This record gives sequence, C-alpha cells and structure tokens, in this order.
Amino acid sequence: MIPGDAVTDATSAGRLAVAEQGAFARFRQRASQIDPRYLIAELITLVLLVAQFRYHMVGGYSRLALALGVCMATEALLSWFDRGKVVNLQSAYISGISLTLLTKPQGGALWPFVIGGFLAISSKYVLRYREQHLWNPTNFAISALLLAAPSKVAVLSHQFGNDLVTNLVIWTFGLLIAKRVGVLHITLTYVASFLVLNGLRAVALGQPLLPELAPVTGPMYQLFVFFMITDPRTVVKGRQRQMVVAMLIALTETLLRLLSDRGVPMPIAFSADPALLSLAMVGPIAKWLDLRRATRVGTPS
Amino acid sequence: MVPRPRPSARRAIIAVPFLAAILLAMRLDRGPVRTSADATRPGFVLREAAAEAGIRFVHRRPSFDPKIAGVEPHVAALGAGVSVTDVDGDEWPDLYFTNSRFGEPNALYRNKGDGTFENVAAAAGLADLNRPGEGVSMGAVWGDVDNDGHEDVLVYRYGYLSLFRNIDGHRFEDVTERAGLRRWVNSNGAIWLDYDRDGRLDLYVTAYFRDVDLWHLTTTRIMHKSFEYADNGGKNLLFRNLGGGRFEDVTDRMGVGSTRWTLAAASADFDADGWPDIYLANDYGPEELYRNEQGKRFVLTTAGLEAESKSGMSVTLGDAFNRGRLDAFVTNISERGYIFQNNNLRLNELRTSRRFRNVAEGAIADAGWAWGAQFGDLNNDGSNELFVTNGFISADPKQSYWYAMSKIAGANARFFEDAAAWPAFGNASLSGYERSRVYLNRGVAGWVDVAERVGVNDLLDGRAVALADLSNRGAVDVVVANQNQPALLYRNRPDSSNHWIGFRLIGTRSNRSAIGAEVTIESGELTQRRVVDGGSGFASQNDRRPHFGLGRREWVDRVIVDWPSGARQVLARPTIDRIVTITEPVR
Repeated sequence: MIPGDAVTDATSAGRLAVAEQGAFARFRQRASQIDPRYLIAELITLVLLVAQFRYHMVGGYSRLALALGVCMATEALLSWFDRGKVVNLQSAYISGISLTLLTKPQGGALWPFVIGGFLAISSKYVLRYREQHLWNPTNFAISALLLAAPSKVAVLSHQFGNDLVTNLVIWTFGLLIAKRVGVLHITLTYVASFLVLNGLRAVALGQPLLPELAPVTGPMYQLFVFFMITDPRTVVKGRQRQMVVAMLIALTETLLRLLSDRGVPMPIAFSADPALLSLAMVGPIAKWLDLRRATRVGTPS
Repeated sequence: MVPRPRPSARRAIIAVPFLAAILLAMRLDRGPVRTSADATRPGFVLREAAAEAGIRFVHRRPSFDPKIAGVEPHVAALGAGVSVTDVDGDEWPDLYFTNSRFGEPNALYRNKGDGTFENVAAAAGLADLNRPGEGVSMGAVWGDVDNDGHEDVLVYRYGYLSLFRNIDGHRFEDVTERAGLRRWVNSNGAIWLDYDRDGRLDLYVTAYFRDVDLWHLTTTRIMHKSFEYADNGGKNLLFRNLGGGRFEDVTDRMGVGSTRWTLAAASADFDADGWPDIYLANDYGPEELYRNEQGKRFVLTTAGLEAESKSGMSVTLGDAFNRGRLDAFVTNISERGYIFQNNNLRLNELRTSRRFRNVAEGAIADAGWAWGAQFGDLNNDGSNELFVTNGFISADPKQSYWYAMSKIAGANARFFEDAAAWPAFGNASLSGYERSRVYLNRGVAGWVDVAERVGVNDLLDGRAVALADLSNRGAVDVVVANQNQPALLYRNRPDSSNHWIGFRLIGTRSNRSAIGAEVTIESGELTQRRVVDGGSGFASQNDRRPHFGLGRREWVDRVIVDWPSGARQVLARPTIDRIVTITEPVR
C-alpha cells in the first residue's frame, strides 16, 4: 500500500466514522423520541417472537389470539364504560402477550387465557385507590389464577431452552430498554437483592449456592424483572423508594423460599412461584402507601 | 340519553363479573362443569393377581458412582421393564422382567397355562445379567433374529447390550460378541423392525445418557443441557441384521443417530408407503419421526411434532378412533402447581396433511408424571382403552423435590448440566404415590379415567406396562413393572357378551415373528388397525398376537394383513372368539 493510499484511506475512514457517528446520533435521537411505552411493547414482542420461532413456546396460536383478544376487548369496553372513551390499548397488548407467555394450563385448556385476560384488565378498574390501580395487571391475573386454580394453571418454567444466547439477547435488549425507560435501577436493585439475600439464605441453610441463585437466570424472571416490577403505572414515585420496594419484594420472596425450605405448609403457588406472589403482596401495599403519602403531603400522584 | 352511573357505581358494576371470574376459576379448578364422557359401566374389571399367579418379582434400582450421590434417586429411577414373549413356543405368553441392581436377577416367568407362572430365568441363562463391568438391565425386547422359530432376546442396559439366542425354547446362549453388538449404551429402549424388508429383524437401540460409565465417572457434567431442547444425550443406534447371526452398525448411513435423550421408540408404517418408520419419545425435547425412504435412508420429518417440546417418557401406537390408522400416544410430566406438559394423543394425518395432530385434552392430557402406556381393547367393545402407569419417586411423602426442581429447571444450562450442582435429593419424593390411569374410550365424547372404578388403585412407581392375553381367552391382561417395587398383574374380566378375535402371525418371506405386520379388521362399520409389536411403550413389549374386540358384532367381514415383506393377505369371515393363526404366503 502506498502512503497516498493510506492518507486517502484514513480520510475516507474519518468521513465514514463521522458519517456513522452522525447516523448513530440520529438513531439515538430518534430512539429517544419514541414513547417509552412503545419500547416496552416492542421488547415484549421481541421476547414473544424469539420464544415462538426458536422454541415454539406459545403452545398454540389460539392461546395468543384469545389472551390478546380478551385483554384488548376488555380494555376497550371497560374504558369506554368507565371513562367514556376507549383508551390506548398498548397496556392491554402487553398484558395479553405476557399472559400468553407465562400461563401454562393443564390439558390444553383455553379458559385460563380468557379468565386471566379479563382479570388482568378488569383489576385495573376494580382494585383502585385514588383513581390509580394498585396491581400490575398481569401479575394480578397470574397470581389469582395460581391461587384459585392450582390444579389447572402453572407458570412458565423452562420453555426458553435454557441456553445462553437467548438469555443474552433478552437481557441485553431488556437492560437497554429499561435504561431508556428509566427503570433500570429497579431491575438491578431487585436482581442484586435476589442474589445477596438468596446467597445468604443458602449459606444459612448450608445449601449449595448455585441452585439458589439459578432461578434468576430463568425465563419467568426475565419477564418478571423487565415487565412486572418495572410497570410505570404501579411502581411508587421516587427513585430511592422504588429501589426500597424492589428490595422488599426480593426480601419477601426470600422469606417465602425460606418457608418452603422448612416445609411450612402453604398454598402451592407460594412455593412454585414466590417471585410473582411477592410482587402481588408487596407491590400494592407499597403503591397504596405511596398514594396515601402523596395525598397527605399534597403532591400530585 | 341515559345518565352515566357515578364512578363508585361503575366500579361496583365492573366488580360483579370480576368476582364471578375468580369464582369461575375456582370452580373450574375442580374439573369441567359438565363431563361428556360416561364413566359408568366401563365393561371390564381388573383384579391384581400377581402373587396368586406366582409372580413375585421385585425390581431393585441401581447405585452409581458416589460422585453423583446427590441426584442418584433421579438418575437411578429407571430400569423396571417387562416384555411378553412365547419363549418355548407352547402358545402361552411368557413374561420377562428386568432388574437393575448388581447381583439382582432378571426373571423369566413361563406361563404354565393354568393361570400360574414359574420363574425359569436361571435355568435359561437369563437371570444373572446385572454385573459390575457389564452394567444393569433397563429392559428387553424379543424377536426371532435368526428365523429359526425360537424367540431371541436383546437386553439393553446402562452398560453393554446383550443378545441371547434361544437354543431350544429353554436355554439361551450369549451371542453378543459374535453378532457384533457388544457396545456400551446407556439405553432405556430398543425395538426390532425390518427397515430394509429383507426378512431379517434389524435392531434400533435408544440411548439416554451419553456413553459414560456411570460407576466410574470422570466428570459429573453428564446431565442434559436444556430442559427443553437438549441434544447432548447418547446416540441412538441402528444395527442391520446381515444374517448368519451378525449385525452391522448403519446408524450414520441411515441417518437415525439422534442424540436427544430418547426414552422410547416405536415403529410402524405411519405414512402407508410400505416401509416401517421410527417414532421417538425424547426426554427434554420434541418427539421425532424418522420416515423410512424405501430402506435406503431415514429422513427426520417435522410432521407437527417440533411444535411442542416436552419430556416424552414413552410412545405407544394404536388406532385411537378406528380410522384404520396407527396414532401415537406419548406420555409426559404434569404436576399440580408446577408444570403441565400434558400427554400427547397424536392422530396420524400423514396421508392427508403430512402431520400428526395432537388432540389430547381433558383427563387424558394429565396423568401425573406418566411413564409406560399402552393402547388395548380392555372391554372388547371395539375401541381402544389406554392404560397409563405413573409416579416417579415415592420416598418420604412429606418431602417433595419439586420445589428444588423448580429452582434449576428454568435456569441457564450451566447450572444443571453438572449433576453435582443439583440440590441433593435426600429422601424426598418427586411426583410419588401417583395412581395409575385407565382411560375409557368414549369416542367423540372423549376419554374418561375409570381406574378406581375397574379396580386399579395401586400407588406404585409404574414404569413399563405390557398387555397380553395371558390365558388365551380373549381378555387383555395388564402387566406392570414398578421401579424398586413389586410387579403387578391385573387380570382382566371383560364384558362376556362382547366378542373378540386374536391373530397369531407367522412370517415366511417376512421375519418369522411377523414384527411390523399390520393387521386391519373390518366388521360392519368397524375398522381397526394394529401392528405386531417389536417394542413400544416404555421398556416394554406387548403380546405380539394382535387382539381386537368386536362388541356385539358376531362376525368379521375381512382381515387384511400387510406383511413387512410388502405382501398383502386378505382373509374373509374368519372364526371369531378365538386366536386365528395366519401364515404368510410364501409367494
């Protein structure tokens, strides 16, 4: 290669780099303009597509159609009835996909998707305090189904193939979007708390460490940390409070696991799905206290 | 215009269906609101009579390298197998049970024809097969390998395969080395089939763990790498029978070396092209169908099986709805609150849509942690019932390993591929003390569990189940091999007003055992198809005499036999209520 070529190459490379930086900047700018709610919808669509096309995880498109259809129809109907107008159906879309991915019924039954979809959306209109709903809709529906119908409904356990690549794809996109949406601190606080608390639990019980930390790498937890505990509508206000609540959820889950370790009799859902049940217990109480506090100090909620 | 209700009233109105939905979920948890299938008058009774018949076989599970002691209850939870044969050619079905602990004998129960059995395994040379260095038995499959009129047996182990030649109906000689079959395979299944239609039985052996020595492990990373898409199991093997007592490994050439943790295989001509195909039930993965392309190679076809990945424990074949086709029933795992993988009843629609269609729903889909299953017409009404064994590990009933299992099942593969990283089992149960299911076939109304009603209420850890007309009286009896527990024999007493017909097939151009022959009967509107069993279910093989119930029908219009050689034989109006012998035409 002659020097002139090198100079030319360097110049071209420089232009290219500038052009790329420009393109990247434009991409970032455009990305930053996207409504965060759409990013969450896009992420869960990505999860759905990866899960289905790589692992056939949906278990039948009728489940997806039913869950989505019931969620969106319920949202449209109830919002019209309650508020006099049909609201944006994006939240119902996210709930429908989450339900499809998480719900694993006995014997191919479809009713859990119908009842679950209805419960998820209607909970937003029934279980309210100061005009805000308290439960993450999907978390409420799944928890209700697990407690009401444990012989017919279980939750996603190992349907993501257990491989590293899928884990990495979902975690990478999940973390990027969580950062963009401004909830990354909640996800990271929960994960860190889970690791520390369950590590301590393993040490205290004299159990091997890895199995106790393993659950957080599973698919249910990916949906949990990116879509449930970070739900902007049901988290408390304030970064520090959000982190405290995330820690409390992890703490409650650890206590539930401790009870399971000790063989304490309790409904099976508390042993099988402690994370979901912990959020279902801690989340609404925290939100209720937060709304109450906000009203007392006169800040808008 | 109607005024809008106040917000509190609107919320109250929405709360009504909200609460109703929760109550409905609680109601549906107890079962369907209305059951369409009728469980009354099943038309048969099963009575446990093993001891009365002289069958006192108790299976013992193996012990392995202490390095995997923490998960040994799980790894050592297989091995109770049972297969039906007529070892001495007296036309009374005999039973062979496998054992799985060093020093514990296998048992060959000769049917004395008077309702009782005697264990002749030691005299036959088929008892002492569980030895250090050789491995422990996991099951056995019978077939006349050399077409000499005597049934030979292949015993598969966690260890070396062993082929025993039946010398005279009473004594066996080990011909494994000479046959070229001395291979270490951690196998839970094998089937005989004549894939190239040369009249000699070929052998397909399934592999579970890869070919490690479980007593002398150099690594504890022996487990599956995924709970759903694991392909790091042992390699299945196909051996072609060359004649002269020799076999050749043709696995790679024929393209059937799946490494998907196969637990069971079955063979039939699913696509009706005249060549036997192979259907696999894989643990930690989807089922697989290998289509036979004219004996030249097998092609792995999707056929709709790839859409669901579960934990296939066994596969049995039968004509579920009397359509003249062989459908597949594959058992899986379900546990309240933790997992519902659901069993698969796959209707064979290969000829029309090139697919199997899963129609399992309701009771038939959930039989707990289901293992061996078999189709059979237990009430002789002309429709197949399903007998399903279940229960994995029954230890301390107050401790369940499911909670521990739930921690690792969803985790990244690195957490559970190493057996030493699993939470220790201790004395916990895992889907223990489950009740076997007997599903009555009510056609379009569905399947209904009548186990307790017909007398099946054992809570043992069933593995293999084989069906056989042990008394040659037109009643399909049920034999169950239980893991680490006694075997059971359920004597069947079907509705005496129903008719039946059985067939004893003798191949001439085809293998003499007629394995792979498919028999179709036509009686009025009834059409039903069965295949002569070269091994199916889990670690089991049924009576190779196809049995058909006829209900109240008093004649059979036609019997069509599709022999493995490709020959088709048609019989008109055979005598019913007896076992009819059919010999394949020489030309």
